[in-house]
Amino acid sequence: MGITTVSFLLFAAVVLLGNYLLPQRARWVWLLIASMFFYLTAGWEYVIFLLLTVATTYLAGFLMDRNLQKQDAYLAENKQTLSREEKKAVKAKTKSRNRIFLIAALVINFGVLALFKVLSVAPFRGMVDGTALSFFVRIGLPLGISFYMFQSMGYLVDIFRTTDKAEKNPFKLLLFAAYFPQLIQGPISKHSELAPQLTAGKKFDGKEFSFGLQRMLWGFFKKLVIADRIAVAIAALKAPEFTGMGFFLLMLFYAVQIYGDFTGGIDMVIGLSQALGIKLTENFVRPFFSKNIAEYWRRWHISLGEWMKSYIFYPISVSQPMLKLSKSAREKFGNFGKRLPVYVASVATWLVTGIWHGITPNFILWGMMNCFVIVVSEELVPLYDKFHNRFGLKEKKWYGGFEMLRMFLLMNLIRIVDLFPNVGEYFRRVGSLVTTFNYHILWDGTMLNLGLSVADYAVLGFGIVLMFAVSLFQEKKGSVREALWNKPLLRYILVFILVLIVLLMGKYGVGYDASGFIYDNF
Amino acid sequence: MEALLNILNELHPEVDFETATGLIDNKVLDSFDIVTIVAEVDAEYDVQIPAVELTPENFNSAKALYALIEKLLDE
Amino acid sequence: MKKKIALFLAFLVLSGIVLFCLQALLIPKNMSGKLLEGALISEYYDNAGHNDVIFIGDCEVYENFSPITMWEEYGITSIIRGSPQQLIWQSYYLMEETLRYEKPKVMVFNVLSMKYDTPDSTKEQEKREEYNRLTLDGMRWSESKWNSMLASMSKEEREDKVFTVASYLLPILRYHDRWNQLTEEDFKYWFTRDTVSDNGYLMKTGKVPMTNHEERPLISYDFGENSWYYLEKMTKLCKDNGIELVLIKAPAVSPKWWPQWDEQIETYAAENDLLYINMLEHQEEIGIDWDNDTYDAGLHLNVYGAEKAARWFGKVLQEKFQLADHRVESYLSGIWAEKCETYHNRKKEMEEK
Repeated sequence: MGITTVSFLLFAAVVLLGNYLLPQRARWVWLLIASMFFYLTAGWEYVIFLLLTVATTYLAGFLMDRNLQKQDAYLAENKQTLSREEKKAVKAKTKSRNRIFLIAALVINFGVLALFKVLSVAPFRGMVDGTALSFFVRIGLPLGISFYMFQSMGYLVDIFRTTDKAEKNPFKLLLFAAYFPQLIQGPISKHSELAPQLTAGKKFDGKEFSFGLQRMLWGFFKKLVIADRIAVAIAALKAPEFTGMGFFLLMLFYAVQIYGDFTGGIDMVIGLSQALGIKLTENFVRPFFSKNIAEYWRRWHISLGEWMKSYIFYPISVSQPMLKLSKSAREKFGNFGKRLPVYVASVATWLVTGIWHGITPNFILWGMMNCFVIVVSEELVPLYDKFHNRFGLKEKKWYGGFEMLRMFLLMNLIRIVDLFPNVGEYFRRVGSLVTTFNYHILWDGTMLNLGLSVADYAVLGFGIVLMFAVSLFQEKKGSVREALWNKPLLRYILVFILVLIVLLMGKYGVGYDASGFIYDNF
Repeated sequence: MEALLNILNELHPEVDFETATGLIDNKVLDSFDIVTIVAEVDAEYDVQIPAVELTPENFNSAKALYALIEKLLDE
Repeated sequence: MKKKIALFLAFLVLSGIVLFCLQALLIPKNMSGKLLEGALISEYYDNAGHNDVIFIGDCEVYENFSPITMWEEYGITSIIRGSPQQLIWQSYYLMEETLRYEKPKVMVFNVLSMKYDTPDSTKEQEKREEYNRLTLDGMRWSESKWNSMLASMSKEEREDKVFTVASYLLPILRYHDRWNQLTEEDFKYWFTRDTVSDNGYLMKTGKVPMTNHEERPLISYDFGENSWYYLEKMTKLCKDNGIELVLIKAPAVSPKWWPQWDEQIETYAAENDLLYINMLEHQEEIGIDWDNDTYDAGLHLNVYGAEKAARWFGKVLQEKFQLADHRVESYLSGIWAEKCETYHNRKKEMEEK
């Protein structure tokens, strides 16, 4: 059930209605039933893997929690008699016991995820023909597997670190993992933030409800009117003959598509949740207004970045061996040694992020390019500062705009690598930017052979301006919905106009191949 | 405290760390800075700040960070 | 609070009206050009109520019989419920629906569509959905339309059945992207329609002499299970309602009506005590002149051929089923006089063009 289908809208309406008709106590059960129904419509085989993750997570969490409780009871009982060293030893012992449970759960779960990911790539897929593993190939990646696994594993690490408590009720844990809106494309939520909201049975709040629906509508606009419209031109521009200006256009179009697709999808997910009274973590904060790639990654797919930072980047960079390495490197290389943990952890994090997107050279290159740009620009900060100060650039308004444009183009160049069948083709196209100057394709009619009509371009142009205007308003003045809340008539009119735009200009229906969200596959 | 302020100042000379708060919330320090600080603190105080303590609360001000170091030294 | 709710309700009503008007604007009107056929099904409702004979089927009925001629010659009241590439279950559900409006003495079904067993069996699959629309969009809502819609879904339409159902209920979902193809016609016929047919007959006056139509032999000549199922349903429906079901093969030479098919229908008709007439076997009696009586080289008859076919077939019906001559009834003569006038004016106008 795709999120932009009539089926999903009907389903969402039933879920919303049921949720608020039921007594507050029962609402989480209703959400669980809805989520299970949603999951079953995707494929019953997938439920096996969801349950496997939830079962192992529950068990590991339960066992770790038991150890921690025993430890706390023992420490409380012998508060007076134990020396500090002894207390430390008790804690260390619990930690090392718990570490076994944690690692076991991580290995099982990420093993399954890795297996699916590996078998989704062509060369590996063929190898398992006729074996039991072909089952994994046949069913393909279970819906939302990355999202529920990242959430569940994050939860276990948090229990291990004692920053979160284990969930006693396995059904509540199941709801946390399988809460249907976020199974579609995230965001990746923290258990301590999401689970209490899911089970609380939120009261109906007219404003939140209205805001949620408005946000869903905005998501529909971005997805159906913009992203799905431009998709056809991207498919055309991927053809090998489009080099130089053609490649440049492809980069711009792809930026528009992925923005509309991904942020639009997240708007629908967060909007639906908001209508249910559940506040999901934001996944995007107007990323194209970032001034450098590092900032971009703090504003784009935020929940993934946070997850990677908490559970991969930090643990690696501040681990004991890393600190030791840093110490000894510092003696030999000075300042560079000081930064060594940052480099190693960055490479590791981006490698994992790249591989998670897809086990292909393209995505590994993609990760490494991001890493490289971020590390290099971080190292060049002192140099930049000197340069900026000398010309007083930071105070100049246009310079901020220049930085955003630079970031946008650079990120386009990095992002687009996954569109090509191989890395060589990517480099060939990038190279053509400086060797092929075919500007004439902009006016010689090529643009109208990409599957877009003049009307389509007009709609896209209008849509992009609208998205930009809304983002600018949010950046400068804050929430658009908040600004409209006390102007009901204007709000109704604007909402209705947006409904009409989506209804008339959305790409859906017979003759149109619903492409599915780009991010569904991850 | 003096040594800590030195570490911080070296990273961001433009900030007055003695009074500044909200270092994380206002995005003064990014994750690279935090990791650098951890390495520096290890070198300076021989204290290993574990990943679990890398929270906004602990890094929002020099004072909070110093309190963390003292707590860890105490353990 | 009360004011707020009132505002909200007013807004809802208003947006409903706007949406309704938009939908009316975006729906194809089929009032001119090539797709006049799309208007046929909906024209039935204005002419329902007093028909003794109902023709049901694909283009072989709405192009090959002129009800006006049958009235003028024999006083038979008849109407055609035809639409392009109408499939057999669509014909069945049209029969079923017709009974909500009137109870005719005879139902005439053209058996060519027996050759299409399922929505996937027709050629031009990419157009199947559009053909379905030409038959279904014009129907008023009833259980019959609902069932016909479910039975008709093309492969493309089955991909998202919920959407497909929604798009029949709210056609704006289907035609939403016509906003940049709107023509003068869409505004002219925003809320009204002309009558394009003469009791379901779509007039053509052109002449293109018949050419040779060769068709390759088939692998199997057996009609499909689904086709038989609906033919049996038709038979039963008519029996239960005391209506005579007549099976015909209209006098059009292409697509080819294979002898093997003819035999199967012959057998079925005999077993079920039905009248089956393969009009191709009576071409000479009917008097069809294949140089002058077809507008597309033998696929369909033009108005001159359709009048001949109606004259011959009307006589058969009258003799076989003793249909009343309604020309003596003043009420019906009044209505039909008007129809005849329209018909002859139309014919004259088209001939002059």
